[in-house]
Amino acid sequence: MPEINLLEAIRQGIDEMMADDARVFVFGEDVGIRGGVFRVTEGLHAKYPGRIIDAPLAESVIVGACIGAAMNDTLPIAEIQFADFIAPAFNQIVQEAARIHYRSNGDWTVPMVIRAPYGGGIHGALYHSQSIEAFFAHVPGLKVVAPATPYDAKGLLKSAVEDPNPVLFLEHKKTYRLIKGQVPDEDYRVPIGPADIKRPGEDLSVFAYGLMLHYALEAAQTLANEGVSVEVVDLRTLRPLDTRTILTSVRRTAKALIVHEDNLTGGFGGEIAALIAEHAFEHLDAPVTRLGGPDVPAMPFAKPLEDAFMPSPGKIAAAMRKLAAY
Amino acid sequence: MPTDITMPQLGESVTEGTVGRWLKQPGETVAKYEPLLEVITDKVDTEVPAPEAGTLAEILVPEGETVRVGTVIARLHGSDGRAQAAGDHEGHNGGEVAGMRRDASTPAPAVTEAPDASPAERNTFLSPVVARLVAENNLDPALITGSGQGGRVTKQDVLRFLAEPAMAPASGTGLQPASRAPANPGASFSAPPTSPQPAARNPQMSALPEDAELIPLSPMRRAIAEHTERSVRTSPHVTTVMEVDLGRVIAHRNANKAAFEHQGVRLTFTPYFIQAVVAGLQAVPVLNGSFTEQGIVQHRRMHIGVAVALDEGLLVPVVRDADEKNLLGLARAVNDLAERARTRRLQPNETQGGTFTITNHGTSGSLFATPIINQPQAGILGVGAIVKRPIVISQGGVDAIAIASMSYLSLTFDHRITDGATADAFLAAVQHALEQYA
Repeated sequence: MPEINLLEAIRQGIDEMMADDARVFVFGEDVGIRGGVFRVTEGLHAKYPGRIIDAPLAESVIVGACIGAAMNDTLPIAEIQFADFIAPAFNQIVQEAARIHYRSNGDWTVPMVIRAPYGGGIHGALYHSQSIEAFFAHVPGLKVVAPATPYDAKGLLKSAVEDPNPVLFLEHKKTYRLIKGQVPDEDYRVPIGPADIKRPGEDLSVFAYGLMLHYALEAAQTLANEGVSVEVVDLRTLRPLDTRTILTSVRRTAKALIVHEDNLTGGFGGEIAALIAEHAFEHLDAPVTRLGGPDVPAMPFAKPLEDAFMPSPGKIAAAMRKLAAY
Repeated sequence: MPTDITMPQLGESVTEGTVGRWLKQPGETVAKYEPLLEVITDKVDTEVPAPEAGTLAEILVPEGETVRVGTVIARLHGSDGRAQAAGDHEGHNGGEVAGMRRDASTPAPAVTEAPDASPAERNTFLSPVVARLVAENNLDPALITGSGQGGRVTKQDVLRFLAEPAMAPASGTGLQPASRAPANPGASFSAPPTSPQPAARNPQMSALPEDAELIPLSPMRRAIAEHTERSVRTSPHVTTVMEVDLGRVIAHRNANKAAFEHQGVRLTFTPYFIQAVVAGLQAVPVLNGSFTEQGIVQHRRMHIGVAVALDEGLLVPVVRDADEKNLLGLARAVNDLAERARTRRLQPNETQGGTFTITNHGTSGSLFATPIINQPQAGILGVGAIVKRPIVISQGGVDAIAIASMSYLSLTFDHRITDGATADAFLAAVQHALEQYA
């Protein structure tokens, strides 16, 4: 099996879906000749003439046009250049795309994927570092996925394109070239929904996604050297959430740590913590613990401040240690 | 001067109580209003708080023993330290008291292994999972070595404790729960022990087989065991069964459920059965009586017990003066009592003083059963599962088969108090009240 990075895995997924189905097209800023600012669509413009389309700098147009196209027998992949820029499209995504199926009693659906590179730790500062999952995971009718490995990214992208309803596909920028993994040549899917236990353990459960999954795995290895067995669960899909895997894991280990890069208050970790508190209360041996970014308006630019913002393997290991000792 | 701790009166008609568990041991400090011990009356456990801050000087009544209300059960030294408790309690062997639920030889001293866990400072917080495991296995957490923060007992500590071969079957010291049984016959009950040595009939275990495990008796299990055994020995039980068509009750419930919901009341079938039992008792009052050597005590007030199944046993809270309540009042009372029974928040006197009992065994799918009388009552009505069945109806001389929602009503009655024909008259009145419900 060839080893590729996460960005290449997404490109492969798009490429194969476009080759398979002429209805698939890509619409986004600089995705055409330039191949996207991160080069995700590099080479595809020449390969699929007329199907890799440059959009104006107007996210509401990108998403709005894709909604209309999706309702007319196409399978659009919209690219938001940075998730930080998704706010102008919020209305189209939340008020329209997420509701069409419900509103038309199933007569119409919006089979659209919205790809959005998110997250920090890349010296991107205020407008190129944000995490936006909490805004959208709140919305019924919208699916939100956040893969962390090349294998999951490619398999989930294909499932997202085939899904009859809108899927927000979150790609952590720092994982693009940093994270490599084996991806099979043959066609496969990773279903939307199920979480994946990336590292089984006995003493406590850690729930994470995206870049934080890798940091959590690194911290778990540190803890293993100290004699603490940590289970690391990759949520992969935030909505619909795999509550069964989460609860089964916590009921066994009796301790839960949720890690995300997004700031803590109102973050997605609160939802998982509430789920555990409500449905696994009698199995808990320690307070449900969250580790997230600080409640400051945005990711700072200065390196020491950015480091202070980002949860790191060291910070995660410290939280694990505290929980294990409780 | 030490303060005397006396057995409190937990409910109007309660004259004695059983010490369930000492939550503090001699020498331990206790804050004002901090729980000092658990007292069991009938089937309800209640925590008794310390009347003032201080040091527990001595325990005078060990766990499991029943004494009259007002009896001095312990002494407390005030927090001003006038008296030192150390020498006071030597003869009372507090350690043995602490060990009664679990082998006293299990490594209690190991508590001190945790660096900052002197007994007084040990973090005694029980996490939800530890609280559950301790309750399920009837453990005393004080005997478990805590490895968590401040010596806190963790889930792993409990699992390790349970996995330890602490039963020591050869020496027999591990079998405290069973071997103590004859020492306090009928301890869990406030009723005078009229019967001779009830516990003596229970088999004693000398050694635990290797491939078996011993499940210690919880206070509730012991109370149920004692009560049911005493009941079948006291009353000649006879069970008679009738069937009932619940069509009208179901229709009434369906029509009124939403309206009740608006008033915050969940309408179940139980209040209907209470109403029907009240009608039955009004028609045949002798079923609302108790047998004594002097004669049958005929109760005028109708206090109806309703059995509530719990994971760990059974409680029977009592709906007082059921004949004076309408359907809404009964439903509200049943909601409230059942909820508090499940969350163990009943007051002790709320399970006492019943004059007749209903057990709704149909909720677990049973068609009919032969319930055991809740002493000293005359009868108990078992309600079976409601099942749609074909029945033959006659109208204008024509027979036809129809589908009806049927249930079996089984009445167990005390044959000392009444006879089959009278009991059947009661049951027929109950049946009539349900079938003609309006």
